[in-house]
Amino acid sequence: MSTISLKRNLSRSRLFKENFFRVLVSLSIFFALGFILFVVFILFLQSRGALNLDLFRNFPSARPANAGIQSAIFGSIWVVGIAALVAVPIGIVAAIFLEEFINPNNRIAKIIDLNVRNLAGVPAVVFGMVGLAFIARGSLGWGFTVGTAALVLAMMILPVVIIVSRESIRAVPSSLRDGSLALGATQWQTVWRTVMPSALPSIATGAILSVSRAMGESAPLLLLGALAFVTYNPESLDSDYTILPLIIFRYASDAKEEFHAIAAATSLVLMAILFLMNLTAILIRDRSQRKA
Amino acid sequence: MNTENPSGVRINPATARASQEIRAAVPPQKKSNATNTNHAIFSLNDVSVSYGDFIAVSKVNMEIPSHSITAFIGPSGCGKSTLIRSLNRTNDLIPGAKVGGKIMYEGIDLYASDSDAVEVRRRIGMVFQKPNPFPKSIYDNVAFGPRVNYRQSKSELDGIVESSLKSAALWDEVKNRLKESALGLSGGQQQRLCIARSLAVNPDVILMDEPCSALDPIATMKIEDLMIELAEKYTIVIVTHNMQQASRVASYTAFFSTEVNPDNDRRTGQLVEFDDTRNIFLNPTDPRTEAYVTGRVG
Repeated sequence: MSTISLKRNLSRSRLFKENFFRVLVSLSIFFALGFILFVVFILFLQSRGALNLDLFRNFPSARPANAGIQSAIFGSIWVVGIAALVAVPIGIVAAIFLEEFINPNNRIAKIIDLNVRNLAGVPAVVFGMVGLAFIARGSLGWGFTVGTAALVLAMMILPVVIIVSRESIRAVPSSLRDGSLALGATQWQTVWRTVMPSALPSIATGAILSVSRAMGESAPLLLLGALAFVTYNPESLDSDYTILPLIIFRYASDAKEEFHAIAAATSLVLMAILFLMNLTAILIRDRSQRKA
Repeated sequence: MNTENPSGVRINPATARASQEIRAAVPPQKKSNATNTNHAIFSLNDVSVSYGDFIAVSKVNMEIPSHSITAFIGPSGCGKSTLIRSLNRTNDLIPGAKVGGKIMYEGIDLYASDSDAVEVRRRIGMVFQKPNPFPKSIYDNVAFGPRVNYRQSKSELDGIVESSLKSAALWDEVKNRLKESALGLSGGQQQRLCIARSLAVNPDVILMDEPCSALDPIATMKIEDLMIELAEKYTIVIVTHNMQQASRVASYTAFFSTEVNPDNDRRTGQLVEFDDTRNIFLNPTDPRTEAYVTGRVG
């Protein structure tokens, strides 16, 4: 017979703390998960059957029976797609330059770094003001068009793309750079053939997350003519446009009850798009982690 | 095989206490290979390397002979890794790193304004402490150097990959899995892959910065055998913490130590003694060398 016991033997206060934190953690998880399910559930109730193919087929209309969101879906895709095409390559190249080709102790490098970080914290509506003054009006005078909106969103996500790209590049072990340079590769070949292939999955993840932020953003475009009743899809950079977040606002604030259901259905569409983008980002990250 | 009798060497009393192991391991004096004249491939003249205002190693004067293995030994912080990294301008990439004095390579100033660091590193390869294969296939690892340096046909590349892997004594172990990831190899195989990778660009010199410190004794032995084989064709400079290793493979050994600067309490490395490996281990002239190789210090 053994004289010792391996049974649980905690003082009352230790036991209390143990259980208290267990409950706290469970509650936090429940809130995080429960909240999103709650939102989706409420939206479903409110949409009252408005989530159907007609929603995608029809254009905005003053009559609820004919009202849809096709021009807003295409507007969002155009604006955010072009913003991504502008901001992501520029952001990645800027990040490569800042991480690989400039001495971090250089004074100019420090000023640029500080600026980029501050720019990432500037409220979105301020970018809208800048766009209004200098792109829509002012010397460029592009007006309230897809081009203006895309450029403003590109400015808004550029600092975020730079920051996530820099972090991804910095995470590449320097032993890979040493190995490549020791074989007589130039610095550019080293970046292109060893650093970028390793950094690309996490750059892609970060870029998708910042683009999905642009997809849900409404404040800057509110100032740039997106809150319009546009009954046709964009065809070029100087087309009129509207976007999903603002058409939700439009329908939700209409006096007619029937429009509120359409607003709820549109919200579900927007959430589904964002969810798919984030899922893509997570899948890319997981795949690259498994490979490494 | 040269079998000169080691008993004829005068051994001073203090050194006689050196561990039997080391003395047993000291190779018979190597005569220069008949085919190669061991001229000085590197001449260091008053070389100092500093990072910002910190002087890592100062006033090194030495001549490193070609087609042989030269070992740098000494306690941590004595600047031996810093010095070896300056031999192929790997230090260029560290902000604030500066090389003073002159490093001549085959009579050409390595740091002259018209010496290109990329060409320097192509001729003077480097193998690092931790095996650092690229996260690519075994084939692509070896083909990396040729690909970045010259344009080559597929069949030429195949030939280079095969001959490099054979020279690094790795071919038989990997010939059926060239397309598999290099990260699946064991540590010792990865290190031999890194050696194969540097051979593929046809260098003159291979610098090795503690190449075995992350490896087990069997993998270490394989790398040491490989080094001795490669020294027929290449010049090898190796930094090692392992004195037995220096005594087993190196024909020449340089002992570095640290000097504390009384003004700012900072340490600067310096070359204490450079000689035939036998003399360093059995008959050192400097008491600091003797204290280190007999295990009394460090």
